[in-house]
Amino acid sequence: MTDLAARGYARADVLVSTDWVAAHLADPAVRVIESNEDPLLYPSGHIPGAVQVDWAVDLNDQVRRDYLDRAGFEKLMSRIGVTRDSTVVFYGDKNNWWACYAFWVFQLFGHGNARVMDGGRIKWEKEGRALTREGPGIVPTEYEAPPRDDARIRIFRDQVLAHMRAGRKLVDVRSPQEFTGERTHMPEYPQEGVLRGGHIPGARNVPWARAVDPIDGTFRDAAGLRAIYQDEMQLERDEPVVAYCRIGERSSHTWFVLTYLLGFSDVKNYDGSWTEWGNSVGLPIEKS
Amino acid sequence: MAEMPEALIELAREFKSMDRTERMEMLIDYADRFVEVPASIATRPFDDRHRAPRCESDAYVWAVETADGGLELQFAVENPQGLSAKAWAAVLTETASGAPPERLAAIDPEVIYDLFGRDLSMGKGQGLMGMLELVHFEAKQRIAAKRGATG
Repeated sequence: MTDLAARGYARADVLVSTDWVAAHLADPAVRVIESNEDPLLYPSGHIPGAVQVDWAVDLNDQVRRDYLDRAGFEKLMSRIGVTRDSTVVFYGDKNNWWACYAFWVFQLFGHGNARVMDGGRIKWEKEGRALTREGPGIVPTEYEAPPRDDARIRIFRDQVLAHMRAGRKLVDVRSPQEFTGERTHMPEYPQEGVLRGGHIPGARNVPWARAVDPIDGTFRDAAGLRAIYQDEMQLERDEPVVAYCRIGERSSHTWFVLTYLLGFSDVKNYDGSWTEWGNSVGLPIEKS
Repeated sequence: MAEMPEALIELAREFKSMDRTERMEMLIDYADRFVEVPASIATRPFDDRHRAPRCESDAYVWAVETADGGLELQFAVENPQGLSAKAWAAVLTETASGAPPERLAAIDPEVIYDLFGRDLSMGKGQGLMGMLELVHFEAKQRIAAKRGATG
């Protein structure tokens, strides 16, 4: 893939290359954060100095279905050695799917100085760059977070219902089988089970990974992304858009693409997503 | 009714008493010990019939009958980042391979949660379950064949 600045993104600065990360490994102003679906990856070897943010235990409230609160975020930031001035750089497995999820949660607390390493962990590995099992030796920091702001980039069920009734745009980033209702969940996984299959009426289906070059895991250039989201799906940069999936993780990847790479002005991630919508009594559902 | 292999029962019990960090370290040790299927059994491109369903790590499973009526399990994991798949394959190799098909067919899917924890993501869980489904399938085929031969 071409040089980041030449790809035509609205906010090219939000991505950094593997070269950039390699050159900043010893930079005290930069904290590299690995976030994966597979919890074994980080302890098996990670970018030297990188810390881990584990979506299962670090980002979520362990009792309620919600994200961590302000105190929890401050504690997390302290533990991973981040200050309000730190540049945080996320990377991870699955084409940065979980890295974008962590990035999105960080934005709920306004940590704007955040980047994603283009190509994620697989690109770093394929380039034969160093990985270590050594802990990063973090000195805890003081971090004062603002209150979590859910209004800007997060949306809740009743707001989504109003959005849908107003005929506004929704992007369902799940697989086509989940979108049509052919598949809901595997019976062995009741924790993410859902009673009804289908999608929110009017939603367009763009599986999240279409935003990524399947060969090297990097994001497609702006022209390639525009062809998918604007030309094919008819989304407009100045219209409000809601993205959703099953629990809000895949859709945070699409939120990232629309917001930063294409410069959409108002994209919200519906983290209740299909596990809430498809289980709610009386909500409208469309199939096929 | 057959029980799942004793060594796997024992390992699951051991894992249940571990905290998350200990569990991760143990699973990484298993992944490090993963040995790919030998060329005498399968070579690339692997036959799709041996591909575990829903496994994003592209895991493959083979079961070869042994002289004493057991089933030797062999695995390949094509995704270099498929660490959990490798760990699960190594666990099955070390604790269940060679067991009679009845005991392999009795492996409870719940054991995956005992080893990998309850916070296993849906996608990851599906892949590991897909590998076990193939083990079950191979074992049940052998059981049915035996019944056919003796029935």
